[in-house]
Amino acid sequence: GGMGGGGTTAQLSLATANRAAVECEYAVRGEIVQRAGELSAALQAGGPEAEALPFAKVVQCNIGNPQSLGQQPVTFFRQVLALCDWPGLADALGEGQRAFPADALARARELQRGIAGGTGAYSHSQGVAVCREAVARAVARRDGHACDPADLFLTDGASQGVHLCMRVMLRGQQDAVLTPIPQYPLYSACLRLYGGSLAPYYLDEGNGWALSVQELQRALEAARAQGQEVRALAVINPGNPTGQVLSEENQREVVKFCQREGLALLADEVYQDNVYAEGKRFCSFKKVVRDLQADDVPTFSFHSISKGFYGECGRRGGYMEMVNVSPEIKQLFYKLSSINLCSNLNGQICTALMMEPPREGDESFPLYAQERDAILASLKRRAKTLTAALRSMEGVTCNEPEGALYVFPQITLPEKACEAARAAGKAPDAFYCMRLLEATGVVVVPGSGFGQKEGTWHFRTTFLPSESDIGDVCPRLTHFHA
Amino acid sequence: MNANLRKMQYAVRGVVVARAEEHKETLCAGAELPFKEIIHCNIGNPQEVGNPPITYIRQLSSLTNYPELADYEHAADIFPADVIEKARLITSLVNTGAYSHSQGHHLFREWIAKFIEERDGYPSDPKNIFMTDGASPGIQTVIKALIREKSDAIMIPRPQYPIYSASVQQFGGTQVNYDLDEDNEWALSIEDMENSLARAMEEGTNVRGLCIINPGNPTGQVCNEQNLRDVIDFCKRHNLVLLADEVYQENVMAEGKTWYSAKKILCDMGDEYNDVQLYSFHSTSKGFLGECGKRGGYMEITNVPEDLRAQFYKAASVSLCPNLMGQVTVAGMVNPPQKGDESYAVYSDEKNRALKSLKRRAQTMWSALTGLPGVSCNPPQGAMYLFPKITIPQMAVEKAAEQNMAPDLYYSLKLLDATGIVVVPGSGFGQKDGTFHFRTTFLPSEDKINAVAYRLGDFHC
Repeated sequence: GGMGGGGTTAQLSLATANRAAVECEYAVRGEIVQRAGELSAALQAGGPEAEALPFAKVVQCNIGNPQSLGQQPVTFFRQVLALCDWPGLADALGEGQRAFPADALARARELQRGIAGGTGAYSHSQGVAVCREAVARAVARRDGHACDPADLFLTDGASQGVHLCMRVMLRGQQDAVLTPIPQYPLYSACLRLYGGSLAPYYLDEGNGWALSVQELQRALEAARAQGQEVRALAVINPGNPTGQVLSEENQREVVKFCQREGLALLADEVYQDNVYAEGKRFCSFKKVVRDLQADDVPTFSFHSISKGFYGECGRRGGYMEMVNVSPEIKQLFYKLSSINLCSNLNGQICTALMMEPPREGDESFPLYAQERDAILASLKRRAKTLTAALRSMEGVTCNEPEGALYVFPQITLPEKACEAARAAGKAPDAFYCMRLLEATGVVVVPGSGFGQKEGTWHFRTTFLPSESDIGDVCPRLTHFHA
Repeated sequence: MNANLRKMQYAVRGVVVARAEEHKETLCAGAELPFKEIIHCNIGNPQEVGNPPITYIRQLSSLTNYPELADYEHAADIFPADVIEKARLITSLVNTGAYSHSQGHHLFREWIAKFIEERDGYPSDPKNIFMTDGASPGIQTVIKALIREKSDAIMIPRPQYPIYSASVQQFGGTQVNYDLDEDNEWALSIEDMENSLARAMEEGTNVRGLCIINPGNPTGQVCNEQNLRDVIDFCKRHNLVLLADEVYQENVMAEGKTWYSAKKILCDMGDEYNDVQLYSFHSTSKGFLGECGKRGGYMEITNVPEDLRAQFYKAASVSLCPNLMGQVTVAGMVNPPQKGDESYAVYSDEKNRALKSLKRRAQTMWSALTGLPGVSCNPPQGAMYLFPKITIPQMAVEKAAEQNMAPDLYYSLKLLDATGIVVVPGSGFGQKDGTFHFRTTFLPSEDKINAVAYRLGDFHC
């Protein structure tokens, strides 16, 4: 519509802003979390308001943010980053210094040699070659198939890679992406933001959140029946919020499905270093695609430094690998990446370190291995503790988390509670979670933020709080629920 | 693929740069070219071409990355006391391994607010500050919000730094140019803005915002106070939001020029103007810091209704948060050493050296360019670039047309092939029809700048 010049209302308002931007949602930092922030502030301020609260501490179980809950960083990574950030440090320390092990110094020197202009310069828009080469070597070792650094994009977290893919792929609302329900809501947010459609496929809760190809087929046909063109399939493995780890056989079926139906594959693999279940192993989709020689399936794989046992969320690092993609499309990704110049260098270096950590025989290896093993063992323990506690609660069922950092229990809500929620204009599980917060100080995310089968209710909680806090959270949850 | 993306361009890393990479490989392979090295004058990437980082910033980053370092027995011999103290303060309150608040950690936003208040003399609220991975994501978020459909437009200076055109293209809107006046040292002309706007409205375009880049890129002009007042008034009269790209605010080299922030002038203009929405952008990439690779920056929003502010928060939350080390770099930028701090002498010395050197190199380049036949160039007032106008012989124009290439792209490629100097053709930034330019930085080291000046002269003869 026209402008009409002048006028007292500002040109840009919520009502006149881009619809997609306004409507996209990201529950992980939504309303409940903001309320939690207010409660935290009240507790910190002390006084009568704090004393009136039925809890002494807000425990954040809403977001996969390990280091905010006490997880320690990997020492070697921080040492190398510190050395890279101030090239003068090694010289200032001088001979006989005891601040850094020799291999950290050596790795920093090697990186500095390979990074023209150091951490302060814009790098190649796909990321510094020396870091991409490290990632490529590691991916090749992991999968047993070659990885070309030219196929890699180092990104500010894995999210940026997903954004890029969606931006490139979606031409309009008729374009759809098969998205798991439940899903990490980055996918739904991106689809909304870039004007595409979400074609949901349901993970099978009664069967350990299994992914069935029949269900993929059903979802695909349902989308096509609505006149949508399904462009890609998004798979999160290990799952978020569900934690299931796919079997290689399952993955082969998925790739063949993509091949048959002409879909691209988006493989979110950020939890590949978080696998706890006995007998389960992570296998990358790239490996499966190459094993099957499925050269006609464009495959985008995402990894991140935010999860695993390194938990470097704040540094925003990760990579996307694209295979079976035309040079024209690769060029387009390059062009898009070049507008923001490059991802941050600290994140790029941390990604390279994650993929090529200290090895047996390196001076830093014992400490690295110790830190890694302790964190993973502790995560496994906490997962068990929390799952057991949830399962002991009335009306709560819970699949065992095979991987990732979350538990996604199903809760039964009495009809009265559902009515009260609807009267308040809220989803029943959001209502539940808000009451849970107000009563216990525990912050979780309602299942409606991730998607769930109609008529079922869930919430997602992490098992990241410290073991003592987890010990404290469980009785509070049980007490609230009773 | 998304059709808007196909058309979108970003010349700063486009064709000429790709060719330069090929030449580098040729030289590496041992083959001979008319030059021994590539000299990058295409991008505002100071540290890549030898401009040293500010020690204080790097020490702060180092200690923040690895807090144990502050406890090392010899730490006090290596790091100035105030830097250790500041790093300890940061690490006691901020966990760089964790996602922070989506607008950036509150501590850093408080420091930014204080910096803005001291600079402008008006209060700044941390709630209205959004830290971002460089200035670019903030700019893109605002443009995205403004563009609902094809007929929504943003007014963009011509020439401009192409993030504006690329963003408008990408989000499916319309670009409405306003010309900077080359004959008047690239001044903004309100008359030209009025004419552009009127033309756009006639065509049914809904102009929603106006961008200014101050100091300008690629043109370097520093707006005077009256200019800014006129721009703000223009926005009020026509109900436009104002985007003020101020990343070069520390790069002002013209004698007698003072840089003013759009926020300061807006506040100066009083309550009558408090319905003008302003989005101001700053970055750690330029100035004398040159910390491009850290991806540090922020946006301050002014006169923005709360529900819209909440929307920007939500947009930020989808990417979780800006990277923490970029946030630390911003923190260092806005909270530098003060007189009396142990680190002050070195900091102050490095800052002055950097700015003086930039000014010298700007002069050297400008003298070299204006000495060339067929080349005219406005003197550098600010930023890191020169944008000379060149005359391209008719024969070359025809050759370019044969290859389906803009004449200044043809020129830039020829210049590269003959001298190894990488510049960006003016067509990548926009220019008046029938004129040709290129953008060159003056960032290479002083001896390289002399080489550039010499080779340019050679090429032109």
